[in-house]
Amino acid sequence: MSDNALLRLSGLEKSIEGTQILRGISLDVQPGEFVTLLGPSGCGKTTTLRIIAGLLSPDAGTVSLDGRDITNLVPEKRDVNTVFQNYALFPHMNVEKNISYGLRVRGVKKPEWQRRVAEMLRLVQLEGYEKRMPSQLSGGQRQRVAIARAVVLNPKLLLLDEPLGALDLKLRQQMQQELKDIQKRLGIAFIYITHDQEEALNMSDRIAIMREGQFEQIGTPEEIYEHPQTRFAAGFIGQTNLIEMDVQAVSEDGLTLAYGGASVPARRAEFPVQPGEKVALSLRTERIGYARTPLEACALPATLKSRHYAGGSMRAILKMETGREVLVLCQSAQRAEGEIGDRVYLSWNPAEAPVVR
Amino acid sequence: MQENENMTEPRGERRRDLSSLVLSAPMITWTLVFVGATILYIVVLSFLKRSPDGFGVLPEFTLENYAKLFNANYARVFWNTIVLGLQTTALCVLIGYPFGYFMGRATKKWRTILMLLVIVPFWTNALIRVYGWRILLVGNGPINQGLMALGLIDRPLQLLNTHGAVLLGMVYALLPFMILPTYTSVEKMDWSLVDAGRDMGARPWKVFLTVTLPLTAPGLLTGCVLVFVPSLALFFMSDLLGGPSDLLIGNLVQEQLLQSRDWPFAAALSVVLLVLTSLIMFVYRRLGGKSTDISIF
Repeated sequence: MSDNALLRLSGLEKSIEGTQILRGISLDVQPGEFVTLLGPSGCGKTTTLRIIAGLLSPDAGTVSLDGRDITNLVPEKRDVNTVFQNYALFPHMNVEKNISYGLRVRGVKKPEWQRRVAEMLRLVQLEGYEKRMPSQLSGGQRQRVAIARAVVLNPKLLLLDEPLGALDLKLRQQMQQELKDIQKRLGIAFIYITHDQEEALNMSDRIAIMREGQFEQIGTPEEIYEHPQTRFAAGFIGQTNLIEMDVQAVSEDGLTLAYGGASVPARRAEFPVQPGEKVALSLRTERIGYARTPLEACALPATLKSRHYAGGSMRAILKMETGREVLVLCQSAQRAEGEIGDRVYLSWNPAEAPVVR
Repeated sequence: MQENENMTEPRGERRRDLSSLVLSAPMITWTLVFVGATILYIVVLSFLKRSPDGFGVLPEFTLENYAKLFNANYARVFWNTIVLGLQTTALCVLIGYPFGYFMGRATKKWRTILMLLVIVPFWTNALIRVYGWRILLVGNGPINQGLMALGLIDRPLQLLNTHGAVLLGMVYALLPFMILPTYTSVEKMDWSLVDAGRDMGARPWKVFLTVTLPLTAPGLLTGCVLVFVPSLALFFMSDLLGGPSDLLIGNLVQEQLLQSRDWPFAAALSVVLLVLTSLIMFVYRRLGGKSTDISIF
């Protein structure tokens, strides 16, 4: 990691009411970078964000911004602003007063803050809404006001706690694009919390997958998708079949795995492995297929158990000889041949099937 | 904007009006008979002449009962009552708001304990509790004896039968009515708003003044009304704790009714008191209706 990181978290630990929430969180965020914390609820995402904002103090570890240790700095002195999960708009102030709050407490004069509010409303496409109360706005409009209120102070880093969680799917996709545009235009680094893997893949420069207070894996969306290192990371992003296998042999080119009496070639693991170790093979539902004859370098016999039409694809469930069921998403009809009960071969390209621990 | 949220149309409004009228009919009847009729009786009484033999009234219209109110002695009683009410309300705000605030912010266990402390005194009759204060405040009572034992004073202080004692009794009796609505509004408040205020650069006291106080103001206002209005009528406080100069409207009504037997004048005093409290309620409703708009920042 480079030394000019905007934000550096090192070894953050935090317990709340006797439960350890964070178990050593370390992360560098570069200026202008979009980093997503992705994980199930209760994994410590919000706690991490609150520590960065200064609303919680860590039991151990440090937070530094622009090379300065801010671990013990009060929130009002940090160059960081937050878009809260439920927007946290002041219900007794109109849109203009909400957005200008941070400027007004700093003593900015009225003509100046009015100019800035107008600028921000243009940015979030809410011109003419100055005098509306939050209760008179729709969910998407409240979201825009919350974003405007947070960026009006020109923070170096913006924290967003599931900002799109309360919006419906269509609006969420539209807002994803808008948020990304705003981030590019202002050049502010974003730390974005979500439990929606698709949102993370669409928006992030890097994704940090979080589990039980630790980072499971940090990488670009492509790295996370194509090269997951753990069962959790592979399972959390996309839809996959994790097949438990034993390592039979390790060589320069890759691994040989044993599964139900058969041997299966696999690509090199991203972590050190020994023969005899138990690993899992991640077979992404859309990267595998089946046919009456083996289609790819890797093929295992199975029985076609069921098949459902699912719009753009066909969902098939195969029953392996070990009894394990595997979900296959066939993109085109010709790869979905066979009748229920037929003997088929589950096939995949070993280069597209990562080994995870 | 592509998004628009449908405002829910009120449907079947008329039917709901009718059924709510039917359902509330017993309540309305009850109120008309037992509240409306008695108030009407008092209003009528206040415009009648006092019977010269001291019992009952003469059926003759007069305004002299109201004219008597402009007598300096009676006007002073009104003034005293209002001043005492304002003092009581101010003290209750100073003690009750912080109490309600910390109760609303406390952990569940502490909340229960504090709530119990507020409510338990209600289990004893208010009159009996005021007698308790008499025992504490009397010349050779525990407070004076304690102060003398500590050597802070040489001889007993005049604590009982003072304005201060009446004020103490009032605050003691009415404080829960300030604490409970304040607590409710603090407890209901969304504390992420305070986080948001700090996040945007406001110091804690600034956040309190610009966010917490305006958002808990409705509870504070309710508390003020719930303290001030009853304070105008708690005449037994001045009977039991006050001196001769601590006469309140309530004492005057009682005296006119039971001792002077001037029913029409007692009725006129009651009507004025009623108008005064109605005015306060009217102002409160006007403020309360717009409580979300109250913005001191």
